[in-house]
Amino acid sequence: MREAIGRHVRDGMSVAMSCSLEPLVPFAAGHEIIRQGRRDLDLVAPISDSLFDQLIGAGCARRITAAWAGNVSEGLGHNYRRAAERGIPGMLEIHDHSNFSISLALWAAAWGSPYIPTRTLLGSDIVTSNPGISVVGGFVRVPAVKPDLAILHVQRADVDGRAHAWGPLGIAEEAALAAGAVILSCEELVDEAVTLSDPNRVLVPENKVVAVVHEPGGAHPAPVQGHWLRDHAFMRDYAERSRSREGFEAWLEEWVLGVPDRAAYLRKLGDTGGIAIRHHRLSAPVDYGGE
Amino acid sequence: MSDHTPEELMVAVAAREIADGELVFVGMRLPVLAFAVARSLHAPTALGLYEVGLMRAAPAEAFLGTMGDPPNVVGALWATRMSNVMALLAQGLVDLGFIGGAEVDRFGNLNTSYIGDFHRPEVKLPGSGGGADIAILSRRWVTLMSHERRRLVERVSYVTSPGHGDGSPGWRKRTGLPGGGPSAIVTTLGVFRFPAEGGEAYLASVHPGHTVAEVRAETGWDLRVAPEIGETPSPTRDELAQIRRFDPDGFWTRRRSLPQLP
Repeated sequence: MREAIGRHVRDGMSVAMSCSLEPLVPFAAGHEIIRQGRRDLDLVAPISDSLFDQLIGAGCARRITAAWAGNVSEGLGHNYRRAAERGIPGMLEIHDHSNFSISLALWAAAWGSPYIPTRTLLGSDIVTSNPGISVVGGFVRVPAVKPDLAILHVQRADVDGRAHAWGPLGIAEEAALAAGAVILSCEELVDEAVTLSDPNRVLVPENKVVAVVHEPGGAHPAPVQGHWLRDHAFMRDYAERSRSREGFEAWLEEWVLGVPDRAAYLRKLGDTGGIAIRHHRLSAPVDYGGE
Repeated sequence: MSDHTPEELMVAVAAREIADGELVFVGMRLPVLAFAVARSLHAPTALGLYEVGLMRAAPAEAFLGTMGDPPNVVGALWATRMSNVMALLAQGLVDLGFIGGAEVDRFGNLNTSYIGDFHRPEVKLPGSGGGADIAILSRRWVTLMSHERRRLVERVSYVTSPGHGDGSPGWRKRTGLPGGGPSAIVTTLGVFRFPAEGGEAYLASVHPGHTVAEVRAETGWDLRVAPEIGETPSPTRDELAQIRRFDPDGFWTRRRSLPQLP
């Protein structure tokens, strides 16, 4: 992860993360971005659960291009509030979207269209506060959002960047198609015989993928279907401790800055028996026979 | 002493808004429970959509902290990308949506984005999520919120999710919004409804143990009251049993304070 982030994430980039809404949030990648001190990022997502709040609090973000940023089970993002209301730790530009409009913005970029016309956002002040969105001829024009990079966590991938993800996908596909490049982190690194046995499930065209990181537990405290439940208690603890700037700084030191990598983070987390998925449900295989 | 919490009553009221056979955009938090209750009792063929990218019939058996929790995928009818779920919404196929609100005004406009000037907000709220999309595109929608004077305001400072706009008849149609708009505001004190042609919310019922005077004191506009105002029916034993089945530890319905505005 250190190498992938070090090589592919630059100050000032726009980065789509947390594209599957609550599941598969690439927290390990986000924490490495914080440790490497990246600055002035434009963070793109529908909702990010608490990952964007952490990146904002750590001073990595210049702009948020999103429908929602907070803590899904706990409510407000306290760092998001401090930045938007008081410029702490830095000023933040906000490009408001709805979940539908951020998806449309990424599809527009994915298809090479300058914008997509839609009826959603009519009557909403999002068309006023987002400087790029306008109403023309009775339709809302949602301009393309083209991230430099998308970072996705998936259940499994091979070394050539063929990812399998399942469960609800959110906007992961359009984010990956729109982005200039894709970093994958995965629970399991598998042989291509596994990924190519089911090409319909390959999430992202492999030519977009610039790095694959084998990072088990890399989405914690977000859920991963078949692997991890959402760690609600961890999310609540973060919400409580991040209420004050001092509390957040102590949390960041404890869980991010003072931890070298995800393996050490998982050791620190200790017993994960309460959130590890124990009852597995395998789907029926499909027949790709063609000769 | 009441045998239920305000949140349990809100869930029961929200569940009763769901008719059998409807396609429901479920949203997050209390509506997730409301859908589970409705489906288990009076709406056995209702279908639920979740913007994360799911369609479900039977509610998830395990507790859900978010719609994206793995138990919500077990037994799903459809696991897909968000834009496919939004396609159904955009085609006008969603009968009912639920939206959470931090602030609502007399015309049912919701603010979940900024308190104060958006250039320099007093409070930055998390944002729309799918709220604006549901408000604009679903055939009708319901919002649930804590009833406080600072939340039920004359005009919201920012319209995230439009209700009936400026309250003039036909505002939604003139502005091009395809869906019908808010049909109810369910609060911790009572239930508001809207005239068929849109416009201003009126108090339709007061929850047991509360009075119109109390609602008036906690509402930031000159309250309109239905001529035949009733009392909101308490949750039935069946409703309470279902609520407690799907929220066994009271994470959503028996916490001392729900995480919302500071």
